[in-house]
Amino acid sequence: MESLSNRRKVVSNKKMSFVESLYLPAVVSGMWITFKHIFKKRTTIKYPEEQRPFAPVYRGMHVLKRDEQGRENCTACGLCAVACPAEAITMVAAEREVGQENLYREEKYAETYEINMLRCIFCGLCEEACPKEAIFLTDRIVPTNFDRDDFVYGKDRLVETLDHRIDVTNRQHTGKRGTK
Amino acid sequence: MDTGLLLEKTILVLIVFAVTLFAAAYQTYMERKVAAWMQDRVGPDRAGPFGILQPIADAGKLFFKEDFIPANADKWLFIMGPGIAMFTAAITGAVIPWGPPLEIMGRTVSLQIADINIGVLFVMGIASIGVYGIMIGGWASNNKFSLFSAIRASSQMISYELAMGVSVITVVLMSGSLSLNEIVAQQHGMNWNVWYQPLCFLVFFICSVAECNRAPFDMAECESELIGGYHTEYGSMKMGFYLFAEYVNLFVSSAIIAALFFGGYNFPGMDNFSGNTLAIIGTLVFLFKILFFIFVFMWIRWTLPRFRYDQLMHLGWKKLIPISLINLVISALVIAFSYGWFNSKPANAVKSSEVEDVAVVSVAQQDNSFKTNFNN
Repeated sequence: MESLSNRRKVVSNKKMSFVESLYLPAVVSGMWITFKHIFKKRTTIKYPEEQRPFAPVYRGMHVLKRDEQGRENCTACGLCAVACPAEAITMVAAEREVGQENLYREEKYAETYEINMLRCIFCGLCEEACPKEAIFLTDRIVPTNFDRDDFVYGKDRLVETLDHRIDVTNRQHTGKRGTK
Repeated sequence: MDTGLLLEKTILVLIVFAVTLFAAAYQTYMERKVAAWMQDRVGPDRAGPFGILQPIADAGKLFFKEDFIPANADKWLFIMGPGIAMFTAAITGAVIPWGPPLEIMGRTVSLQIADINIGVLFVMGIASIGVYGIMIGGWASNNKFSLFSAIRASSQMISYELAMGVSVITVVLMSGSLSLNEIVAQQHGMNWNVWYQPLCFLVFFICSVAECNRAPFDMAECESELIGGYHTEYGSMKMGFYLFAEYVNLFVSSAIIAALFFGGYNFPGMDNFSGNTLAIIGTLVFLFKILFFIFVFMWIRWTLPRFRYDQLMHLGWKKLIPISLINLVISALVIAFSYGWFNSKPANAVKSSEVEDVAVVSVAQQDNSFKTNFNN
């Protein structure tokens, strides 16, 4: 009968000959194989000294971006929270006061913005949902911690600081955005 | 008793013991390195340069772990198990001739702790006692996996000891002596027993892999099936003793293989040296041979998967024992027909450099004819 996958193999179950039943030829050929491997290139990456580059599509810790003038992009529309399949994002919106134009780009902003990193599955749907290019997933790794509470990241840890901007150009040119 | 003799033996005992333990410690490092290389990895390289302090770190870790004895275990036997394993492993080194005699201050110092005339029997006997360490440890743990492992280990060791014994008899037949010193001395230069008895060597080698409880015969440990076997319940340095004993066994087995079949401290061109130079080079050559066999043991371990239990018994009883018996009978017949049935000088005796007989020449001719006969 023709097999569906075309990968069927007929296995031989014939009785072993005397030489084969001593296992010696098989043992010797096996040892030759392992011996050759002694001289092969090691595949180990010695981690702290040597680090593998992340893939450009890597989705790690989130960042809330500011624009060129240092204003927060986020307008607290809540689309990211709606898109989030793990329901990891919560936020409280507030209205921009007069005199805060240099802080927030839009008239409405997020007073609090929290991502629970233990709930987050790093799918990147928040990033795709965002109409203001405010949230991005970066190639940074969420650090370990002892307390569950410490995994709830507020704005203090999510918004990029003025003197230390997070580069997301790679991220902006991958996937759907790259084809635009 | 002669004080000088006492002193020299004490020093030798201490040196051999220290070297054995050192070798055992660094075999753990070597094992991990060899395993890593064969699997395209790097292996331990964090403790010290190239990770050479790894064994010390491991031992330190084991010492600081909790020394735990399970509630239902037989306390004294539980402690005795690793003790016996370690003791039997270390004591075998006493009869191995580590090198040609040294000359120190006019004394001839033999580099063998005890030249007993039944050295080979002693080794076999101690190897049989070695199984008690595993059996007692496995039984005293009061754990069914440990017990299973102990049963497997003892049946395996008993089965493979038979073929091992028969192949040792073949070597004894060749050299006409049970003393390891005599057997080694007769393999002068390149006149190694392995050239005359390759099949016997193979059987002996396979059996010593089984006796050392190493893969592919590590039925007693079976990490994946018996969760460590007889040392499941052990922790801390008692566990360390079992692991250590295994590596001491490996070292000693390699030494015995090298002594019985690969000429011990003998090497080609050894006639160009004499006295202390010969003794030192000979000892180094012997250690190199031991190192080589340790590597082969490891090589096999990281190549082959574990035998199934029935395959193990099948190989032991139905293959190795008949082969070694047939080999024994053929060797006996050849020796008998080349030397006469009741010749007091057996086959290899004439090879010995120590034989200072006028009849050496005539017997040596016989010796040559024996070799040609045997090769045919």
